[in-house]
Amino acid sequence: MSHPNAAEINTDVVIIGAGPAGLFTVFELGLLDIKAHIIDILPRAGGQCSELYPEKPIYDIPGLPMVTGQGLTDNLMQQIEPFGPTFHFNEMVETLTSMGTEQAPAFRLTTDAGKIFNAKVVIVAAGGGSFQPKKPPIPEIDRYEGKSVFYAVRQMEDFRDKDVVIVGGGDSALDWTLNLEPIAKSLTLVHRRDAFRAAPHSVSAMQELVANGKIAFKLGQITQVEGEEGQLSAAMLKTNDGAIEKLSCQRLMPFFGLTMKLGPVADWGLNLNENLVPVDTEKFETSHSGIFAVGDINSYPGKLKLILSGFHEGALAAQKAHRYIYPEKKLLFQYTTSSTNLQKKLGVS
Amino acid sequence: MVKINFRDTAVHYGAEPGGGAPTKIKITFVDSHGQSRTVEDEVGSTVMETARRNDIPEIAAECGGACACATCHVYIDGAWSEKTGKASQMEEDMLDFAFDVQPNSRLCCQITVRPELDGLIVKTPSQQG
Repeated sequence: MSHPNAAEINTDVVIIGAGPAGLFTVFELGLLDIKAHIIDILPRAGGQCSELYPEKPIYDIPGLPMVTGQGLTDNLMQQIEPFGPTFHFNEMVETLTSMGTEQAPAFRLTTDAGKIFNAKVVIVAAGGGSFQPKKPPIPEIDRYEGKSVFYAVRQMEDFRDKDVVIVGGGDSALDWTLNLEPIAKSLTLVHRRDAFRAAPHSVSAMQELVANGKIAFKLGQITQVEGEEGQLSAAMLKTNDGAIEKLSCQRLMPFFGLTMKLGPVADWGLNLNENLVPVDTEKFETSHSGIFAVGDINSYPGKLKLILSGFHEGALAAQKAHRYIYPEKKLLFQYTTSSTNLQKKLGVS
Repeated sequence: MVKINFRDTAVHYGAEPGGGAPTKIKITFVDSHGQSRTVEDEVGSTVMETARRNDIPEIAAECGGACACATCHVYIDGAWSEKTGKASQMEEDMLDFAFDVQPNSRLCCQITVRPELDGLIVKTPSQQG
């Protein structure tokens, strides 16, 4: 997805990361009349909660004796709904440039989808970093990435009339096997075992294609690739009994799930300490004024990597963000239980 | 708040009245370069937690033990496979996301440290994530 001609987006705050810390920060900002855009590399909100443990119970959210990762995400989405945040999913912030001053910060952010944001405040809520595809330990695979080895399909046409090898047994591997089979010249699915975690209907559709000779299925793993100047010519399959088979191919798609990498956060000129962003504990602001960090990605003495810590940090960061965004306004501390002003914003008054 | 540090709790070696099983066992982690590290730790937690507590390299455990990431992949050495047992269906599915999976592959967040695993040897792969 690319938006080369998209107009620049002007907003008060850009939040990087739509996990629980980022989502609740929308709420705290919203109570202070601050609008936010949220950018996340995943296709949905929730971060690790929805990506790693959607069905697992969480027992240490205050006031919720038990809630699942997905349940918490759904609740947070409902809670911030009155503030109408704008989400930008499947996008990663690549550059963050400071355009302002210490007293009046301003930032320009660009994403890998070509969007440009102008914001007064940036809140980094990136958790363990961005979820990125796991890259298999195939020697020199980086030379082929983006040219003939892909971890996602951006354009199906790239696969037309090509010999395609897909590795994996999950939904991504099976979905792309089914979607690319009609346009590929040939398609080989490689998996370590004859069992699949993908949805049963995808598995049976795939097995039907194998039975009809439309695609090939091979047990084993890809250990090496061959080619020149980034263009694959073959992949070496090591079968489960140790034999090596050469698969002629021009496209390879390995699907081994996602892993968390710090990613571009490291390039933004922020002080880092063991891949974490140090902040003060009064405002949760980083070494750069106007850039805050909340949730698992920040560090300070006594830090606990708990969701509840991220909630607290977002609330305090929002207070300071208010001073940058409305420098002329005095911030009045109010409770949602008693303030008709806050209740109006929440749509419950 | 009560802080529990497993390493500070009392240690018994089968000397409890009534002859209790040992509460501390040894586990050896052999990394992908062949370097071996033996640690002594309490029974009751998982092999993954034991590794993390003792700063064992090559075990990422990104999801913190939820069997949701396949970054605590280990190879069980030799005959120990019989004692550690087989992977559950959920773990076997998650192993699809590990690299170079072998018949003795396990996700070590799913192995509970028990007295009969005293002396366990596991090997760690060169790449988890």
